Amino acid sequence: MSVLTLIEAPDDELSLQAYAFAQAIEPDATAVTIAGGAYAPAAWAQAVVDLIAQRSPSAVVAPGSDRGNEVMAHVAAQLDQPMAANCVSVTPGDPATVVRVRWGGSLLEEARVHGSPLLVTTAPHAVAAAPAPEVETIPAAGNGTVSVTEHVAATTAGVSLTDADVVVSGGRGVGSAEGFQVIEELAQLLGGAVGCSRAVTSAGWRPHTDQVGQTGTKISPEIYIACGISGATQHMAGCKGAKKLLAINEDGEASIFASADYAVIGDLHEILPAISAEIRKAKGT
Amino acid sequence: MNVLVCVKRVPLTGGKIVLTDDERAIQTRHLGFTVSPHEECGAEEAVRLIEKHGGAATVLTLGPPEAEEQLRDLMAIGVDRGLHLVTDGAEWDPQATAAAIVAAIRQQPEQQDLILFGNESADAGNYQVAIRVAHALGVPVVTGIKAIAVEDQALRCEQEVAGGRDVYRVPMPAVVTVKEGINLPRYPSVPGRLRAKRKPVDTISPTPSEPRLEMVKLKLPEGSGKQAQILGNGPDAAPAVVEVLAEVGVL
Repeated sequence: MSVLTLIEAPDDELSLQAYAFAQAIEPDATAVTIAGGAYAPAAWAQAVVDLIAQRSPSAVVAPGSDRGNEVMAHVAAQLDQPMAANCVSVTPGDPATVVRVRWGGSLLEEARVHGSPLLVTTAPHAVAAAPAPEVETIPAAGNGTVSVTEHVAATTAGVSLTDADVVVSGGRGVGSAEGFQVIEELAQLLGGAVGCSRAVTSAGWRPHTDQVGQTGTKISPEIYIACGISGATQHMAGCKGAKKLLAINEDGEASIFASADYAVIGDLHEILPAISAEIRKAKGT
Repeated sequence: MNVLVCVKRVPLTGGKIVLTDDERAIQTRHLGFTVSPHEECGAEEAVRLIEKHGGAATVLTLGPPEAEEQLRDLMAIGVDRGLHLVTDGAEWDPQATAAAIVAAIRQQPEQQDLILFGNESADAGNYQVAIRVAHALGVPVVTGIKAIAVEDQALRCEQEVAGGRDVYRVPMPAVVTVKEGINLPRYPSVPGRLRAKRKPVDTISPTPSEPRLEMVKLKLPEGSGKQAQILGNGPDAAPAVVEVLAEVGVL
């Protein structure tokens, strides 16, 4: 039995998780990466398809990242084989059985995969990363396919949501765009970033770049302070990576409290200024 | 230009998912339904493109008879017509879904210059139907797009990546999948809703093939088992919160 793992970059965390996942199927799994140059999804996939033809692996594993899922879907489309995205476990066999995530991780699905080779991507953070393996580099194949032609660098302003140690978020309970002042004040005092729920972006109170959730940004701060957020599955899918969750909500029955480490019940517009004042006092400013 | 947008009807899950007794679906008796979020933005993008460049926008869905509600909602924001691939409500696997969409596209008299999808559906999240459709039609595809501009018969598409945006130039016809944030979808107006009632919806009844990604059953992830520590009620909780922040080491 041979298993191929597609590695995005030798030090890429999700790729090393995918490799650990592949090793659970076959300890001697091979790690391959596509030679540099502009990213071209169909050309990368063609290289993998060629390698499959040469080596007849029983399974191909890629990280459940944007590119991992994209390249694997091209491979699956070209071979007309099924593909299971974002798996947390796999039991080889004919058919193979996988457990994969749905709803951004709020639900799990057990599925049979009727195809060969088995094509899977791994759900981020389902398994711990493996130590960096030896990686074989293969050239991209195919000409004239769509590729990245230009990169526009982000204009950085302040702490980004993905890197912040503290994220202070507001939901519908904030009430208005102006209401975010108390959230911004606390975030600034803690050197953190401001986030929000989908209800807030839909209302136009904050830009989508601030949205934490299944269809927004996935965050992993030391502590997440969620204010006036009820805890819809859409939102929780984005903040599962937070080490600690402090929920502030008027409704003691809000579902977010079921996932919280710490709870404060009451009006965020009274509580947040009190916290900010207390921090200033502690800092002696 | 002609733009086709493919969407999926999904339940509004709220805070807690409950499964049906056979554990093969979400209990939706008390839930509303909506369009999967990335796809709602796809429909808005289709409308903006034809407002700017002329042409017609069509919305396609594969789903139960009730999914006509989602087609009408999107026609209310400016999509011209609907194409409904009617199922009995059972979920189709990605290959069967892509095959039905390809067959429906081939049946249409007018050529589509752009076929939009969401990057992934909110519920199944298979990340592959659009790419399979593009391969079957022999057209280029780019995914996870957050900005689209038409430039001399090609599309300039921007994708968010670490540290900025990658840009692709894609000749038409093409398949593009979008992510929420590409735009802020408008709310349907009352006249828009009235117009939507009179817009045409063609129906097709496709037959599914045997699923090759075969769902066996669903299960809820084990709960966090967390019991939140209540720090207090109202502003009096502030000192306890600051203690926690100091403990976590972020002060």
